[in-house]
Amino acid sequence: MNTQSLSKVTIHFAGDSGDGIQLAGSQFTNTTALAGNDLSTFPDFPAEIRAPIGTVAGVSGFQINFGSEKIHTPGGRPDVLVAMNAAAFKKNFPNLKSGGIIVLDSAGFDKKNLRLAAYDESSTPIEDIPKEYQVYAVDITKLNREALKDLSLGSRDKDRSRNMFALGFIYFLYSRSLQTTLSFLEAKFKSKPEVLEANLRALNAGYNYGDTIEAISRFKVAPAQMEKGEYRNITGNQATALGLIAAAAKSGLELFYGSYPITPASDILHELAAHKNRGVKTFQAEDEIAAVTSAIGASFGGALAVTGTSGPGMALKTEGIGLAFMLEIPMVIVNVQRGGPSTGLPTKTEQSDLLQALYGRNGEAPIPVIAANSPADCFSSAFEAARIALEHMTPVILLTDGYIANSSEPWKFPQASSLASINPPIVKNDAHYLPYKRDEREVRSWAIPGTPGLEHRLGGLEKELETGNVSYEADNHQAMVKVRDRKVRLIAKDYPVQKLIQGPSSGPLLVLGWGNTLGAIQVAVEHALEQGLAVAQLHLKYINPLPEDLGAILSAYEKILIPELNYGQLVRIIRDQYLVEAEVLDKIKGQPFLAEEILEKIKSLVEND
Amino acid sequence: MTEPNSALFTAKEAASDQEVRWCPGCGDYSILKQMQSVIPGLGIKREDIVFISGIGCSSRFPYYMNTYGMHSIHGRAPAVASGLKMVNPNLSVWVITGDGDGLSIGGNHLIHLLRRNVNLNVLLFNNEIYGLTKGQYSPTSEMGKRTKSSPMGSLDHPFNPLALALGADATFVARTIDRDPVHLRGVLETSNLHKGTSFIEIYQNCNVFNDGAFLSYSDKKQKGQHIILLEEGKPLLFDEGNKGIRLNGLKPEIVNLEEGFSANDLWIHDSRDATKAYILSRFFDDNFPRPFGVFYQEDRPCYEEQLIAQINHAKEIQGETDLDDLLRGKRSWTVD
Ligand code: SF4
Repeated sequence: MNTQSLSKVTIHFAGDSGDGIQLAGSQFTNTTALAGNDLSTFPDFPAEIRAPIGTVAGVSGFQINFGSEKIHTPGGRPDVLVAMNAAAFKKNFPNLKSGGIIVLDSAGFDKKNLRLAAYDESSTPIEDIPKEYQVYAVDITKLNREALKDLSLGSRDKDRSRNMFALGFIYFLYSRSLQTTLSFLEAKFKSKPEVLEANLRALNAGYNYGDTIEAISRFKVAPAQMEKGEYRNITGNQATALGLIAAAAKSGLELFYGSYPITPASDILHELAAHKNRGVKTFQAEDEIAAVTSAIGASFGGALAVTGTSGPGMALKTEGIGLAFMLEIPMVIVNVQRGGPSTGLPTKTEQSDLLQALYGRNGEAPIPVIAANSPADCFSSAFEAARIALEHMTPVILLTDGYIANSSEPWKFPQASSLASINPPIVKNDAHYLPYKRDEREVRSWAIPGTPGLEHRLGGLEKELETGNVSYEADNHQAMVKVRDRKVRLIAKDYPVQKLIQGPSSGPLLVLGWGNTLGAIQVAVEHALEQGLAVAQLHLKYINPLPEDLGAILSAYEKILIPELNYGQLVRIIRDQYLVEAEVLDKIKGQPFLAEEILEKIKSLVEND
Repeated sequence: MTEPNSALFTAKEAASDQEVRWCPGCGDYSILKQMQSVIPGLGIKREDIVFISGIGCSSRFPYYMNTYGMHSIHGRAPAVASGLKMVNPNLSVWVITGDGDGLSIGGNHLIHLLRRNVNLNVLLFNNEIYGLTKGQYSPTSEMGKRTKSSPMGSLDHPFNPLALALGADATFVARTIDRDPVHLRGVLETSNLHKGTSFIEIYQNCNVFNDGAFLSYSDKKQKGQHIILLEEGKPLLFDEGNKGIRLNGLKPEIVNLEEGFSANDLWIHDSRDATKAYILSRFFDDNFPRPFGVFYQEDRPCYEEQLIAQINHAKEIQGETDLDDLLRGKRSWTVD
């Protein structure tokens, strides 16, 4: 048996949503992270909570891309497909790389499963797989039952550990240690010894099966050259939650999170609710409107107030966000974007709420918008959103999306002491306090109820400059609209210098991205550069206000390409602000970009020139 | 209850410097005046008092109080106030709302506030009309009411605000009226003492768009027939003590004390009895006099207290994780 060294592998685990695919995937991820590979993962949940068993609609997937080199995306077409039934195979086989490896549970291809997967009952999908693929058609169900035969569990319960059998086999194939998963299982099933025993045996049986069958080649993926330091694996929603907690700690404020359950943002609420021991106050409100307005109350009361949701919830929060803007109180609004419009595609990803974030309010109400570009980047983006909100006394919209929210990657987490402190303009005493008097950044000060001598009233009606008293005076309104706008524009003064990620500083093409497209663009531009195309890459985190040095960078290229998971939103802003030739590469399929899709577009543009 | 001479500030200091802009003769003036006279004597520092309102005529109220305040958006004051109390539980928070603000656009927030029992006071100014938008029927307007938006009469069955509050398991439910300053002050003081959400419906005359809606409860000549003042432990009497209410099983009946009934036969008011409170709240048509006072009160842990108890408990059992440990998580590895 030979062991081949690989620099990068993409594995897609797929099965029925009851098959424990997410668990197997996350275990493989943890093991891979500890083995020192760089990695990126992407779960693909079925749209329905309980789609009919065995059908294509009920297939749950988990993809991991890992390697000894830097990994930027969860991978395009997988090298390996693990399919626990016919439906999982049917859905994912077309994506598999030509000549890839297929591991399947042949028991999941019986007549019933073929029918459920909408195959002809007489069809033989396993036999029909073209010769160039390497197929491990293993009767996992039978072998697993065999391994557990003396346990008293029912056969349904025994079958639940099939995922561990498959995982064990994959561990064998990729020369991985079982240790991480063994300890995980021991902790998870501590109180259920029979179930624990079943899972441990299944995992070992899968591994040993690999060891006993002949003529199999194994693979090795050496550790990546990662930057020195301490790492953990993290999803975007977890990182958002931790970024908010860190910002609360660094500003000396209490964290309040008002939210209403919504896919794919609920995990932020779950994560924060688990940190009550750090004084985090989470509030599951009666609706999206109460979620945002309770955060307004909490902000008025002196907390770092945050509300989180996804597109439809953003629509409902609109009026509340307008009030926060008008009051000039700090607040972070997290939108974990999903496919829209309306209820749209709740479990799928999209970047189509950008214009909503920028413009979705009545009146002149510019709000800072920042976008996270990877799971780990959600931490620094959430922290930055909170910093801007607190230091500039404004609501800030943080855009993430279903893709980075649920994906994970290794994160070289910072030391708490290395995080900058956040200094909100809290006022404790002022004999001549005026609630809307501003500093040189047009920022007003924050007097918190309970502070003697600073009693004041604020509201959604237009205010008089400085005093904040209600004013319907014409010139005052114009002046207030301008000053609020200026305040937001001045935020760009604190931005770091915008730096190209790669490529020449001028030339025929710049690929400009925002949000989750970072990894796919990075791989595409790397390949384009290797192929001798003069292409550069820039990625935006700050979308409102735009960085002051952006215009100069853009003007050095003949053309700007903006890949977006929408029908062309940032592209409108860029054309509008800079009058440059910008073209969109749109994708509205509920799925992230594949690097090839972007590369192809780059080639068509540069070669056309 | 705090004696008046222990007031922490004066009624004049309770008023802000803003010009009050309700229509002359509006019932809101009386409510504002009673609030400004009561609040200095509650033993609460001015900086610890916050008024939160929504939108509508009554919601201008916070601008006129020299305390902290927020004129928020339509219907949302209960949610704003809940968030405020969760992070700043020592504040004395007063939600000012109206029948349109609190029962129509903000109905959802109101019922959820009541069930959660956040420790604050809700004053619902009920004038049975939309005043600020110039006279459309409201969720408490009577059926058949002719307004600009209902020229042939409203088709909406009105809300009974107190029955609604009791249905949402409110822990303090009372009714008072703008034209009876003494009663109004008494209810405000009592509600302040209640721990949990106090829900107070205040009948308020909109003399421009719905004048006289509550005349039979305030007019000296008529009110004796039409109101019952609820007093703890006292029989339900009205019509200058000539008539009373007795309970025949669960069925209330009006009895005439001149016809052989004595006070001993009557329903004795017990504000801790939920069943009786509900029956009282259904005194909502012309067959029975309208009750005023505290219908119901109950001790139930309030929301923010329990939230803080959970936090303290979590700190106790898990310890306060240091930020570095939190960022590190449960599984980390080192690359060197
Ligand atoms: S419209 Fe009616 S409620 Fe509004 S201020 Fe005038 S009188 Fe008062």
